[in-house]
Amino acid sequence: MSPILLATILAIFTTMALALWRALKGPTVYDTIVAVNAFGTKTVLLIALITLFTGNHDLIDVALVYALINFIAVIAVLKLIDRHDLAAAEDLADD
Amino acid sequence: MIDIVIHVLSAGLLLTGAAFALVGGVGLVRFPDLYTRLHAGGITDTIAPLLIIAGLILQAGVSILTIKLLLILLFLLFTTPTASHATVRAAIAAGIKPQGSEDPTKERASSNT
Repeated sequence: MSPILLATILAIFTTMALALWRALKGPTVYDTIVAVNAFGTKTVLLIALITLFTGNHDLIDVALVYALINFIAVIAVLKLIDRHDLAAAEDLADD
Repeated sequence: MIDIVIHVLSAGLLLTGAAFALVGGVGLVRFPDLYTRLHAGGITDTIAPLLIIAGLILQAGVSILTIKLLLILLFLLFTTPTASHATVRAAIAAGIKPQGSEDPTKERASSNT
Protein backbone atom coordinates (compact mmCIF):
# COMPACT_ATOMS: atom_id res chain seq x y z
CA MET A 1 0.00 0.00 0.00
CA SER A 2 2.95 2.26 0.58
CA PRO A 3 3.81 2.93 -3.11
CA ILE A 4 0.26 4.18 -3.74
CA LEU A 5 0.51 6.56 -0.78
CA LEU A 6 3.92 7.74 -2.00
CA ALA A 7 2.56 8.39 -5.52
CA THR A 8 -0.35 10.39 -4.06
CA ILE A 9 2.05 12.40 -1.88
CA LEU A 10 4.22 13.23 -4.93
CA ALA A 11 1.14 14.30 -6.93
CA ILE A 12 0.08 16.59 -4.06
CA PHE A 13 3.62 18.04 -3.93
CA THR A 14 3.47 18.80 -7.67
CA THR A 15 0.09 20.50 -7.25
CA MET A 16 1.50 22.58 -4.38
CA ALA A 17 4.43 23.66 -6.59
CA LEU A 18 1.99 24.75 -9.34
CA ALA A 19 -0.16 26.65 -6.83
CA LEU A 20 2.95 28.33 -5.40
CA TRP A 21 3.99 29.43 -8.91
CA ARG A 22 0.57 31.03 -9.44
CA ALA A 23 0.73 32.67 -5.99
CA LEU A 24 4.11 34.24 -6.80
CA LYS A 25 3.16 35.28 -10.35
CA GLY A 26 -0.57 36.16 -9.99
CA PRO A 27 -1.34 39.54 -11.61
CA THR A 28 -3.89 40.58 -8.96
CA VAL A 29 -3.88 39.96 -5.22
CA TYR A 30 -6.99 37.76 -5.60
CA ASP A 31 -5.05 35.32 -7.80
CA THR A 32 -2.59 35.01 -4.94
CA ILE A 33 -5.41 34.35 -2.47
CA VAL A 34 -6.95 31.64 -4.69
CA ALA A 35 -3.56 29.96 -5.00
CA VAL A 36 -2.84 30.22 -1.26
CA ASN A 37 -6.25 28.74 -0.47
CA ALA A 38 -5.58 25.78 -2.79
CA PHE A 39 -2.08 25.46 -1.30
CA GLY A 40 -3.48 25.31 2.24
CA THR A 41 -6.07 22.65 1.36
CA LYS A 42 -3.35 20.54 -0.27
CA THR A 43 -1.20 20.96 2.85
CA VAL A 44 -3.98 19.46 4.99
CA LEU A 45 -4.24 16.51 2.59
CA LEU A 46 -0.46 16.12 2.60
CA ILE A 47 -0.30 15.96 6.40
CA ALA A 48 -3.16 13.41 6.45
CA LEU A 49 -1.33 11.29 3.85
CA ILE A 50 1.99 11.51 5.72
CA THR A 51 0.16 10.39 8.89
CA LEU A 52 -0.84 7.13 7.20
CA PHE A 53 2.50 6.84 5.36
CA THR A 54 4.69 7.02 8.46
CA GLY A 55 2.22 5.35 10.84
CA ASN A 56 2.66 8.16 13.37
CA HIS A 57 -1.03 8.70 14.15
CA ASP A 58 -0.55 11.80 16.33
CA LEU A 59 0.17 13.88 13.22
CA ILE A 60 -3.53 13.88 12.27
CA ASP A 61 -4.21 16.51 14.95
CA VAL A 62 -1.88 18.89 13.09
CA ALA A 63 -3.98 18.46 9.92
CA LEU A 64 -7.16 19.03 11.91
CA VAL A 65 -5.89 22.34 13.33
CA TYR A 66 -4.38 23.42 9.99
CA ALA A 67 -7.75 22.98 8.23
CA LEU A 68 -9.29 25.53 10.61
CA ILE A 69 -6.36 27.98 10.62
CA ASN A 70 -6.23 27.98 6.81
CA PHE A 71 -9.87 29.05 6.50
CA ILE A 72 -9.55 31.78 9.12
CA ALA A 73 -6.36 33.09 7.48
CA VAL A 74 -7.98 33.35 4.02
CA ILE A 75 -11.02 35.19 5.38
CA ALA A 76 -8.83 37.53 7.47
CA VAL A 77 -6.60 38.41 4.49
CA LEU A 78 -9.67 39.04 2.31
CA LYS A 79 -11.13 41.37 4.92
CA LEU A 80 -7.80 43.15 5.34
CA ILE A 81 -7.58 43.79 1.58
CA ASP A 82 -11.25 44.77 1.28
CA ARG A 83 -11.53 47.13 4.28
CA HIS A 84 -7.86 47.99 5.00
CA ASP A 85 -8.70 47.24 8.65
CA LEU A 86 -9.26 43.95 10.48
CA ALA A 87 -11.53 45.58 13.08
CA ALA A 88 -13.87 47.30 10.57
CA ALA A 89 -17.50 46.56 11.40
CA GLU A 90 -19.51 48.47 8.78
CA ASP A 91 -21.03 46.56 5.87
CA LEU A 92 -19.72 47.71 2.48
CA ALA A 93 -22.10 45.46 0.49
CA ASP A 94 -23.94 48.47 -0.96
CA ASP A 95 -20.85 49.81 -2.74
CA MET B 1 -10.24 -11.65 0.29
CA ILE B 2 -12.00 -8.65 1.81
CA ASP B 3 -8.58 -7.12 2.54
CA ILE B 4 -7.66 -7.17 -1.15
CA VAL B 5 -10.97 -5.56 -2.11
CA ILE B 6 -10.49 -2.77 0.43
CA HIS B 7 -6.90 -2.17 -0.70
CA VAL B 8 -7.82 -1.99 -4.38
CA LEU B 9 -10.76 0.33 -3.64
CA SER B 10 -8.57 2.55 -1.45
CA ALA B 11 -5.83 2.71 -4.10
CA GLY B 12 -8.37 3.68 -6.75
CA LEU B 13 -9.82 6.46 -4.58
CA LEU B 14 -6.36 7.81 -3.67
CA LEU B 15 -5.06 7.85 -7.24
CA THR B 16 -8.28 9.42 -8.60
CA GLY B 17 -8.05 12.12 -5.94
CA ALA B 18 -4.39 12.74 -6.78
CA ALA B 19 -5.30 13.04 -10.49
CA PHE B 20 -8.02 15.60 -9.66
CA ALA B 21 -5.56 17.59 -7.53
CA LEU B 22 -3.02 17.63 -10.38
CA VAL B 23 -5.65 18.75 -12.91
CA GLY B 24 -6.63 21.56 -10.54
CA GLY B 25 -3.00 22.65 -10.19
CA VAL B 26 -2.50 22.69 -13.96
CA GLY B 27 -5.73 24.70 -14.36
CA LEU B 28 -4.53 27.14 -11.72
CA VAL B 29 -1.45 27.85 -13.85
CA ARG B 30 -2.92 27.66 -17.36
CA PHE B 31 -6.30 29.43 -17.17
CA PRO B 32 -6.42 33.03 -18.43
CA ASP B 33 -8.20 35.08 -15.75
CA LEU B 34 -9.12 35.11 -12.07
CA TYR B 35 -12.59 33.54 -12.29
CA THR B 36 -11.55 30.60 -14.46
CA ARG B 37 -8.60 29.95 -12.13
CA LEU B 38 -10.99 30.02 -9.19
CA HIS B 39 -13.14 27.45 -11.03
CA ALA B 40 -10.14 25.10 -11.39
CA GLY B 41 -8.83 25.69 -7.87
CA GLY B 42 -12.16 25.75 -6.06
CA ILE B 43 -13.78 22.69 -7.61
CA THR B 44 -10.74 20.44 -7.33
CA ASP B 45 -10.34 21.61 -3.73
CA THR B 46 -13.73 20.01 -3.02
CA ILE B 47 -13.43 16.73 -4.95
CA ALA B 48 -9.77 15.91 -4.20
CA PRO B 49 -10.12 15.91 -0.35
CA LEU B 50 -13.36 13.91 -0.67
CA LEU B 51 -11.66 11.12 -2.66
CA ILE B 52 -8.29 11.14 -0.86
CA ILE B 53 -9.74 11.17 2.67
CA ALA B 54 -12.24 8.45 1.68
CA GLY B 55 -9.28 6.36 0.53
CA LEU B 56 -7.41 7.06 3.77
CA ILE B 57 -10.47 6.11 5.86
CA LEU B 58 -10.65 2.74 4.09
CA GLN B 59 -7.00 2.15 5.04
CA ALA B 60 -7.30 3.38 8.63
CA GLY B 61 -10.04 0.95 9.63
CA VAL B 62 -12.30 1.66 12.62
CA SER B 63 -10.36 3.77 15.12
CA ILE B 64 -10.05 7.32 16.49
CA LEU B 65 -8.10 8.15 13.31
CA THR B 66 -11.24 7.57 11.21
CA ILE B 67 -13.25 10.02 13.31
CA LYS B 68 -10.53 12.67 13.00
CA LEU B 69 -10.29 12.15 9.23
CA LEU B 70 -14.08 12.54 8.97
CA LEU B 71 -13.85 15.78 11.00
CA ILE B 72 -11.16 17.11 8.64
CA LEU B 73 -13.32 16.22 5.63
CA LEU B 74 -16.32 17.97 7.23
CA PHE B 75 -14.29 21.15 7.92
CA LEU B 76 -12.83 21.18 4.40
CA LEU B 77 -16.23 20.66 2.76
CA PHE B 78 -17.63 23.61 4.72
CA THR B 79 -14.69 26.02 4.51
CA THR B 80 -13.33 25.61 0.95
CA PRO B 81 -16.53 26.66 -0.93
CA THR B 82 -17.02 29.46 1.62
CA ALA B 83 -13.51 30.80 0.98
CA SER B 84 -14.04 30.58 -2.82
CA HIS B 85 -17.34 32.46 -2.50
CA ALA B 86 -15.75 35.16 -0.33
CA THR B 87 -12.89 35.56 -2.83
CA VAL B 88 -15.28 36.02 -5.78
CA ARG B 89 -17.38 38.47 -3.80
CA ALA B 90 -14.31 40.53 -2.84
CA ALA B 91 -12.97 40.46 -6.42
CA ILE B 92 -16.30 41.64 -7.90
CA ALA B 93 -16.56 44.34 -5.22
CA ALA B 94 -13.03 45.46 -6.20
CA GLY B 95 -14.21 45.87 -9.81
CA ILE B 96 -12.41 42.98 -11.56
CA LYS B 97 -14.39 42.02 -14.68
CA PRO B 98 -14.45 38.44 -16.03
CA GLN B 99 -12.50 38.12 -19.29
CA GLY B 100 -14.81 38.38 -22.33
CA SER B 101 -17.71 39.83 -20.34
CA GLU B 102 -17.67 43.07 -22.35
CA ASP B 103 -17.39 41.75 -25.92
CA PRO B 104 -21.10 40.77 -26.52
CA THR B 105 -22.38 44.22 -25.50
CA LYS B 106 -19.84 45.87 -27.82
CA GLU B 107 -20.94 43.66 -30.71
CA ARG B 108 -24.61 44.43 -30.01
CA ALA B 109 -23.93 48.14 -29.81
CA SER B 110 -22.04 48.12 -33.13
CA SER B 111 -24.74 46.05 -34.89
CA ASN B 112 -27.49 48.40 -33.68
CA THR B 113 -25.83 51.51 -35.05
